[in-house]
Amino acid sequence: MTVPIHLRHDETFVLNLGPQHPATHGVLRVKLTMDGEYVVKAEPVLGYIHRMHEKMAEAGTFAQFMPNTARMDYLHALAFNHGYCLVVERAAGIEVPERAEYIRVITVELNRIASHLLWWAAFLLDLGGFTPLLYAFDDREKIIDLLERVTGSRLTYCYMRFGGVYNDIDDEFITGTRAFIKRLRSRLPSYYHDLVTHNIILIKRIKEIGIITPEQCRRYGATGPVVRGSGISYDIRKNEPYSVYPEFDFDIPVFDECDSMARYMVRMQEIEQSLRIVEQALDKLPDGPVMGKAPKMLKPPAGYFYSAVETARGSLGHRLICDGGKNPYKLKLRSPTFSNLSLFGEVAEGMMLADALAFMGSLDLVIPEIDR
Amino acid sequence: MEIQEQTRIALATLFPLATYTATPAGAEDSDQGEGVPRGAGVLATDFSGCGGHLDVLCLPDQVVDVARIMDDQGFFLEAVSGVDWIDQQQLEIVYDYNRLDGQQCRVVVRTRVSRDQPVVPTITHVFSAADWHERETFDFYGVQFQGHPNLIRILLPEDADFYPLLKDFMP
Repeated sequence: MTVPIHLRHDETFVLNLGPQHPATHGVLRVKLTMDGEYVVKAEPVLGYIHRMHEKMAEAGTFAQFMPNTARMDYLHALAFNHGYCLVVERAAGIEVPERAEYIRVITVELNRIASHLLWWAAFLLDLGGFTPLLYAFDDREKIIDLLERVTGSRLTYCYMRFGGVYNDIDDEFITGTRAFIKRLRSRLPSYYHDLVTHNIILIKRIKEIGIITPEQCRRYGATGPVVRGSGISYDIRKNEPYSVYPEFDFDIPVFDECDSMARYMVRMQEIEQSLRIVEQALDKLPDGPVMGKAPKMLKPPAGYFYSAVETARGSLGHRLICDGGKNPYKLKLRSPTFSNLSLFGEVAEGMMLADALAFMGSLDLVIPEIDR
Repeated sequence: MEIQEQTRIALATLFPLATYTATPAGAEDSDQGEGVPRGAGVLATDFSGCGGHLDVLCLPDQVVDVARIMDDQGFFLEAVSGVDWIDQQQLEIVYDYNRLDGQQCRVVVRTRVSRDQPVVPTITHVFSAADWHERETFDFYGVQFQGHPNLIRILLPEDADFYPLLKDFMP
């Protein structure tokens, strides 16, 4: 509960949270000014794993940057693959065969489920619940095994290519995915919702905590489950349809409560929607090649290009500026959590420390993606 | 009225001489592709081709006015980035705007400053999102955002004395 604070500046103290504090995610540091248990000021300090991906993009050819994309958001790496492919394909005018589009959607959505499962596990770990992690990792492992089969890697995928994907999916992947959908659907009500969602301890910890108003979302440029938990139905898959998403029947979960519980519910329901998309994509999967015609050495025309995709954490934008050469002249990565985290300071003001940590967990932070 | 047309008309009030050809800060845009306005002004662009609906080229001191109009129209700031056009000795600052309400309209606002004195007014008082994004652009390009409340390094170490995304920076 947010309590109005009457500051006595002479009695505040600074609490350093991170960069290696076990209660935070990865290497994020937050400088907290505290008045007893209440946060007076919260100031995230970034850059502990900054790697300057944008300079690396300028230094190599278009294709050479592909492996970097998976190393930013390591939890939803395929969406970063997809986003980069889309912007380069837009710039160079490359067509993608239909089967490849379907495979992209199937793998991206499976990866989204894996990302949400890991967020769920880590979030509950933040709140002090250890058991759910074991259930979530059990299911996530199944997805990773499936994706390893087609992509060759378990976490940092470099699966997509300009004009398609690098490897076709086989029958074993399809049967395995169908079995997984069935299994996760049967486990969601009991292992996830009965055990955790309806748990009174969880509800007390996150209901009405961390209220983000729709206006704050707009001012800070937040996207993803953060805005959908604040009553704004914004999802690039629906608002600016790309790939073959218009072919599928799925809903965008939106909750109006603006609190951490709303963001929790958005993600839980997104898992179900992603299962629906994967199921439909497997049913409709067309035959054909998985790679279109793309030149070995790309030289897109000069110009400004933008492309956005919906990752598990929000809208990922690539601003690509070409000068007609074989390297990107400039590639700006607009990562979703960078903007989502920037509102943390304003919202956390006046919260109790334990609530601020629960709120931070509900933002679903992935630090390599913020620091890039 | 379509949101794209509405925004275009709102922005066009900033450029009364819509066809005036003086390039801002002596910019020479010959290296850019077709469909990019040569002078200050608003240009409608093909979304499927470049991923944006409007392309605005403005003078550095107009960015705050543009931001106010975008705020009134209900846009949000998606990103701020820089580009080093070293051949023309200029830095370009690129603002990306987008909407949350389901209407499709992506606007890119660009402005150019000289490379020796890259100074642009801040828009943090209009969009809170600009705070971190402007700090990042300062961090990578050394662009001075005048009036920014806390213009310090954000991703690089606080004692860094270089701007890594400048084209002539070699690590």
